[in-house]
Amino acid sequence: MNEDWALYEVFIRARSGLEHKHVGSLHAADARMALEHARDTYTRRQEGVSIWVVRSSDIVASDPQEAEALFEPARDKVYRHPTFYSIPEDVKNI
Amino acid sequence: MITAADCTAGAVSAEERFRYLLRLADTSLVLGQRLSGWVGHAPTLEEDLALGNITLDLIGQARLLLAYAGQVEGRGRDEDQLAFLRDAPEFFNVTLAEQPNGDFGQTIVRQALLDAWQVELYHSLIGSTDEQLANIAAKAMKECRYHWRFSCGWLVRLGDGTEESHARVQAALDGLWRFTGELLTPDALDAHMASHGIAPPLAVIRSRWEARVTAALEEATLRQPPPAYFPWLGKRGVHSEHLGQLLTEMQHLQRLHPGATW
Repeated sequence: MNEDWALYEVFIRARSGLEHKHVGSLHAADARMALEHARDTYTRRQEGVSIWVVRSSDIVASDPQEAEALFEPARDKVYRHPTFYSIPEDVKNI
Repeated sequence: MITAADCTAGAVSAEERFRYLLRLADTSLVLGQRLSGWVGHAPTLEEDLALGNITLDLIGQARLLLAYAGQVEGRGRDEDQLAFLRDAPEFFNVTLAEQPNGDFGQTIVRQALLDAWQVELYHSLIGSTDEQLANIAAKAMKECRYHWRFSCGWLVRLGDGTEESHARVQAALDGLWRFTGELLTPDALDAHMASHGIAPPLAVIRSRWEARVTAALEEATLRQPPPAYFPWLGKRGVHSEHLGQLLTEMQHLQRLHPGATW
């Protein structure tokens, strides 16, 4: 059966105000079923308040072969990290 | 058995309230036990989890209702004793709930017909004059709305699917339809509960159920079977052999080792 069913990626928002995070994938016949499967598979322990699903084939991904060109140039630019600031105690979720 | 004559008296007796609560509780319990038979056997992992979730919702509803029924009865029986130590004639679930799983299509048809009923029934029970029942209904209604979304979705997929899936769910519908009369036709106890505002009049549930189910069957391109006369059986404690087999499995441990815990 699964050869007929598309693969979907699932993103869950844990609480209002937080971002949706990728939690996994599943098979479904269409978007509606993908949402229901996501609900039943990934929110059984109150993990979320919102679900996004997207067909895996619709995701444009970077090529692992190009990883060096894409990511290594950032390695020696430590000054881009905001590690020289102190974060106020009231600011959560950073 | 409670007769019409018993129910004409003014107040609702503890026995009558207990009996009515068991109709609701046992329907959820027996349907949940039936569905649990799919765990590990569903067509896909995702459907396995979905059916397992619905099972747990139903058993959760049964626990709340049985615990309350035990209080109303006043003989010190808790939800476990009521679930595991009663015999088939003491169960008052509607007959549709105990019908076998059959193939996936038959399970979906049984589920959709009962989900549509539970959604409407619990929705109305939120306004019950019985406050504790109203609270349980408020929780159960949310669960049942999702159950209906699931079963109705599959009903449409299978009905409006391939030639084979259509033929299978149509056959299941034709086979199970005769049990729907019991859901929608009040007997004396139903009428008595309705007259005290504890339960809604089943005539109201009937019209809402028919609207919901007719629309779903149309979308699923399924033929609605003609109305069939069916007497009250399950909710009067008269069951098919299917319930006895189901209880044998469900109650096996407690019958063999009474009071066993884990």
